[in-house]
Amino acid sequence: MKTDNSGDVRLSGISKTYGSFTAVHPLDLTVPEGSFFALLGASGCGKTTTLRMIAGLEEPSSGTVHLGDQDVTHLPPYKRPVNTVFQSYALFPHLDIFENVAFGLRRRGIKSVKKQVEEMLELVQLGEQARKKPHQLSGGQQQRVAVARALINHPKVLLLDEPLGALDLKLRRQMQLELKRIQTEVGITFVHVTHDQEEAMTMADTVAVMNGGRVEQLGSPADLYENPRTTFVANFLGTSNLIEAEVDAKNGDDIVLRAGGGKLVLPQARCSAPATAGGKVLVGIRPEKIALTHADDAGSIPEGRNRLTGKIADASFIGVSTQYVIDSPVCDEFAVYVQNVERDGRLVPGADVVLHWSPAHTFGLDAAQAIDAGTEEEADA
Amino acid sequence: MPFVTWLKRHLVVIAGLLTLAYLLLPNVVVTVFSFNKPKGRFNYEWQQFSTAAWKDPCGVADMCGSLSLSLQIAFWATVGATLLGTMIAFALVRYRFRARSAVNSLIFLPMAMPEVVMAASLLTLFLNMGAQLGFWTILIAHIMFCLSFVVVAVKARVMSMDPRLEEAARDLYAGPVQTFLRVTLPIAAPGIAAGALLSFALSFDDFIITNFNAGSTVTFPMFVWGSAQRGTPVQINVIGTAMFLVAVLFVLTSMVVGNRRNKQKA
Repeated sequence: MKTDNSGDVRLSGISKTYGSFTAVHPLDLTVPEGSFFALLGASGCGKTTTLRMIAGLEEPSSGTVHLGDQDVTHLPPYKRPVNTVFQSYALFPHLDIFENVAFGLRRRGIKSVKKQVEEMLELVQLGEQARKKPHQLSGGQQQRVAVARALINHPKVLLLDEPLGALDLKLRRQMQLELKRIQTEVGITFVHVTHDQEEAMTMADTVAVMNGGRVEQLGSPADLYENPRTTFVANFLGTSNLIEAEVDAKNGDDIVLRAGGGKLVLPQARCSAPATAGGKVLVGIRPEKIALTHADDAGSIPEGRNRLTGKIADASFIGVSTQYVIDSPVCDEFAVYVQNVERDGRLVPGADVVLHWSPAHTFGLDAAQAIDAGTEEEADA
Repeated sequence: MPFVTWLKRHLVVIAGLLTLAYLLLPNVVVTVFSFNKPKGRFNYEWQQFSTAAWKDPCGVADMCGSLSLSLQIAFWATVGATLLGTMIAFALVRYRFRARSAVNSLIFLPMAMPEVVMAASLLTLFLNMGAQLGFWTILIAHIMFCLSFVVVAVKARVMSMDPRLEEAARDLYAGPVQTFLRVTLPIAAPGIAAGALLSFALSFDDFIITNFNAGSTVTFPMFVWGSAQRGTPVQINVIGTAMFLVAVLFVLTSMVVGNRRNKQKA
């Protein structure tokens, strides 16, 4: 491993505007060398523009791009030690697979490319296909050629622009693992752009969630999932139940909230909004953190857990778990996922239930933001 | 009715063959009559098989001179029109500039304009400018009307080209010149070649515009026209058949080469 940090990517105050439209608001971002970094967001959130500014295909309107200690802001793409795997691959249709992969080496004046190209094609398991044209390969094979064509140049950073978007689900899973394996093997910094939250969480060490040209939150997949700080992140990564609650009092490290006549406890550390008595916060809880108990057994629920009452509106059995929709006074579509370990036969639509969960799994968000930001309903609207 | 069933089943093939015959019959006549030994000055009735004309293709006074002139004009018109037309096509697809859409439609005008009118207008223009009619006026006129066809052919190709291919080239250490030579040009090549072939054929064929602006210069189509009034030498058919054979050979070679290349790849 190199130790000169030359594979760091540092974006300082970088932004991009097209006329009056701001694609990327000034943002600072550091991608440490050797990490697998994902830029996650819906289409039009500025993630691809950010990637293209690192590649040099887009000139930033302000700010600087550093690779290690080198300022590359004004270098053209062909002078940057960075390579890109393009969306839909952009393989050269008039060249065969071998020449596609050799392209970068030849442009840098390297004469004997044969051995390197063959080794690279072996790495992506395409040794047999060297003399075929790109259109003769399947989508998954083309994708691997695109990766090989970029990696052979030993870039300091590999940029991936929705590289798996054109593949079907099964192949996508396979390629996710494959890319992760290659990244571990070569140890190059990967910056990966995707709109697929599952893909970002599976592959990346660090994920930056982008929305409207800004980074909403940055962190490890687990951190983002467990401690979302905005409703967008809470809804975009997985599913969240969000309810509006009023701050009742502070009790040591906890905040006591009032919602729908009941009391909920939220650890102060997990609340990203200022909580003053009488003010409002959004309380969030992930569906799989909630337990369901039939109303008749409400007495058996241990003390100290947050609880809400409701009625089962819908139940769908999906094998490993059952997904319930609960109609409760605070929220009429409360999602609850219960593992199918011991199924209670009484939990059918129409049954009265108590939902309860550990306060430690509760998170609090600023109530001033749209409660449905980042949900699919919002995206459709 | 077995015949009706048979007809129904093979209707597409029959229609195809009839159309092909319709297309090729004139060529067959040209070829057959290139082996004729006509009685008088006109080669319109079949008399007797002879290879005399094939053995002496330049036997007719001035014919090979006009043929060589036509080939030269066609060559230079192709070079000029292809160069200019390719550049125009790239400009129209790649750049947003004032009057772009106007230029886009103006390019089509020479194709839509009746040739006779254009020929007469060109003559007016050349005479007013005091230009000496001949090789150069013909060449200028030919480049002008071939241009539109090149632009149309190349534009279609450039428009369907994924802009990411050039970005990929730049990303892979190819500077602007390298990107153009290694990626843009090879991918646009089929369109450019189509435009060039079309230009060559159009220029070589052209009679009307050429006739108006040639002065005392005589191209091959003008020679054929002129001689047709006094008698048609068999050599005209020989040249026609030879041109046809060259074109067929050209197509066959490119097909064989293409096939072999594909087989090697597989």
